[in-house]
Amino acid sequence: MALAGLTRPWTDRRAERTLGAVASIVLVLIATMVVFVLAKAWPSFAHNGLRWFGGGGNVDDQLKAIFNSPADPNKYIYTLHAWPLLYGTALTTFLAVGAGLVFATLAAIFIVEFAPPRARAVLEPVVRLLAAVPSVIYGLIGILVLVKFVGEHLISEGRKASVIYVIQLSGSSLLVAVVILTVMITPIMIAIIVDALRSVPRGWVEGSAALGANRWRTMWTISVRVARPAIVAAAVLATARALGEAIMLSMVSGSVGFAPNPLDGLTFFFEPTRPLAATIVDNAEGLSVKPFGQTIYAFAAVLLVSSLFLSLGGWAAKQPLKRYAVRT
Amino acid sequence: MATATPPSVPIHATPPPRVVGVSWRRVDRVGVALCWAAGLLLCAIAAAIVIFMLIQGLKYLKPSLLTSHPVSDTDQSKTGGFLDPLIGTLLLTVLGTLIALPLGVVTAAWLTEYGRPAWFARAVESGIEIVAGTPSIVLAIFGLLIFQQHVFSFLSFTAQGNAVFGRSFLTAGSMMALIALPLIFGSTREALNAIPAHVREASYALGKTKIATIRRVLLPSARTGIGTGTALGMGRIAGDTAIVVILLGATLQLDPEGSIPALRTLTGTGGTLTSYVYNNSPAGEGNAPQKAYAAAFVLLLMVLALNFAIDAVARGRRTRWSR
Repeated sequence: MALAGLTRPWTDRRAERTLGAVASIVLVLIATMVVFVLAKAWPSFAHNGLRWFGGGGNVDDQLKAIFNSPADPNKYIYTLHAWPLLYGTALTTFLAVGAGLVFATLAAIFIVEFAPPRARAVLEPVVRLLAAVPSVIYGLIGILVLVKFVGEHLISEGRKASVIYVIQLSGSSLLVAVVILTVMITPIMIAIIVDALRSVPRGWVEGSAALGANRWRTMWTISVRVARPAIVAAAVLATARALGEAIMLSMVSGSVGFAPNPLDGLTFFFEPTRPLAATIVDNAEGLSVKPFGQTIYAFAAVLLVSSLFLSLGGWAAKQPLKRYAVRT
Repeated sequence: MATATPPSVPIHATPPPRVVGVSWRRVDRVGVALCWAAGLLLCAIAAAIVIFMLIQGLKYLKPSLLTSHPVSDTDQSKTGGFLDPLIGTLLLTVLGTLIALPLGVVTAAWLTEYGRPAWFARAVESGIEIVAGTPSIVLAIFGLLIFQQHVFSFLSFTAQGNAVFGRSFLTAGSMMALIALPLIFGSTREALNAIPAHVREASYALGKTKIATIRRVLLPSARTGIGTGTALGMGRIAGDTAIVVILLGATLQLDPEGSIPALRTLTGTGGTLTSYVYNNSPAGEGNAPQKAYAAAFVLLLMVLALNFAIDAVARGRRTRWSR
């Protein structure tokens, strides 16, 4: 019966159901992911309450204590104040997205409006190339070239000595992390912003030009303003990408659970940090230790929930664009 | 996520003069100058990366590295090459694509051709977007959690004490599929949307059912788009490290597990070029920058080929739907 059904041509009704069932796999998967990760992470949150998100103590020492907790389930140690990691994540992400946003907008305007045709022909593959380079290669260049350069030439001995009792400056720093992260996320933003700038209704641009506004004015006051939702959407998508970048950041950010202090002036940029995603990679071997694994899953849960909200935010930001039939 | 920006018709029917006007205000000139600077900086960064990797790659890459197995040793001259990671990358890419391709194409076909009820279609659409936005490190750690359940013990191996290891090519491949899925889905949907309605109507008029139309008319016409998405997805899989480190074990050599000959490698752990680069960089245990550069060069070539070669092949083959 079932076999005969397979050999006969499908009826439309059946095809629709089968295809729909396959399509719903994605939803099942997301639901499973949220449930499983949150359930696994729960003990870590439950033991610390809201203090989980707060500061206090050395986060690396706390992680070590959790890793070495006694085998008796009643004596598991969960105490963790993850603020330095959260702060490191926010810092790298927002600095990179902020820098990338300006950079990407200018580059997109250049590609759409000011680039000579030949430059445009070069820039399009360049953007794709930068988007395609694997993060581990960015990390490799970062750790072998930029970190070395920053450590040897940009950080003076005096600067190293000034904070030696708090933290060691080696070149693996916020600065290198942000610079490379910016390069990594800019192509995504450029692609989206270029699409939006290109689909600004032609009449508006021409109208502005007819009123005597020059090309820069037209671009800046009409096109960029119309494309604002796309710029927001680009920033949101880039934030999601920057938030989840693990390998590159674990290679160049210094891998110390330290919160860089803006009050240190310029030294701030040379201080190491370690975002959440990089913490997960660095501690992957400890996953089998139960309380430690649960703590690591708590980090993953924070990332997962943030990226869920960012997906929602990106979707909401793109809605106004539908008016101009921009597909992003 | 689509980074391809096809050259479209310029906004201006008759382009205004290309020179910056003499009468422009200073602010405007500064703006244009900044745009030029951004564009040139972008080119400079790309050129620096490519040239630097090319120099390092040519300096350290020897044919013997590609054909010899990696060995763990403190003496760098004895650590061998990266044949195993290379095979690992190929294997994992193929596995991930094999899972992602049917899933992505079927989902896209359902969404564009059926898509009922509408709320469910929208949910699936945003579901794919959520998958695209989920960091690969979270996917990796979720995969570990899922595949350590006893139901999935056949995908990896079971250690003493009845604990499922959860790390293998099969488990890593299925999580890798999620990374490629949004790209395959996106470009398939775009290709299907680009097929005009009259093509479908012609097929219906010949008495074809909807599913037959999809299979015999629409998907064949969309194969360029499907191919492009697949290539982009493969590039993404080949370049991902987090899943390899967590779900594949990131071992130096392929370690087959189990007793069935052909499946042993698939259920065993291994490493890929990305994990090889990571482990040989100063961040990992190996600390052999030359090997890391050589492997990174090979990896970069693979990823760039996947991103650009398909383009060149597909360029002439786009179906045109003019009447």
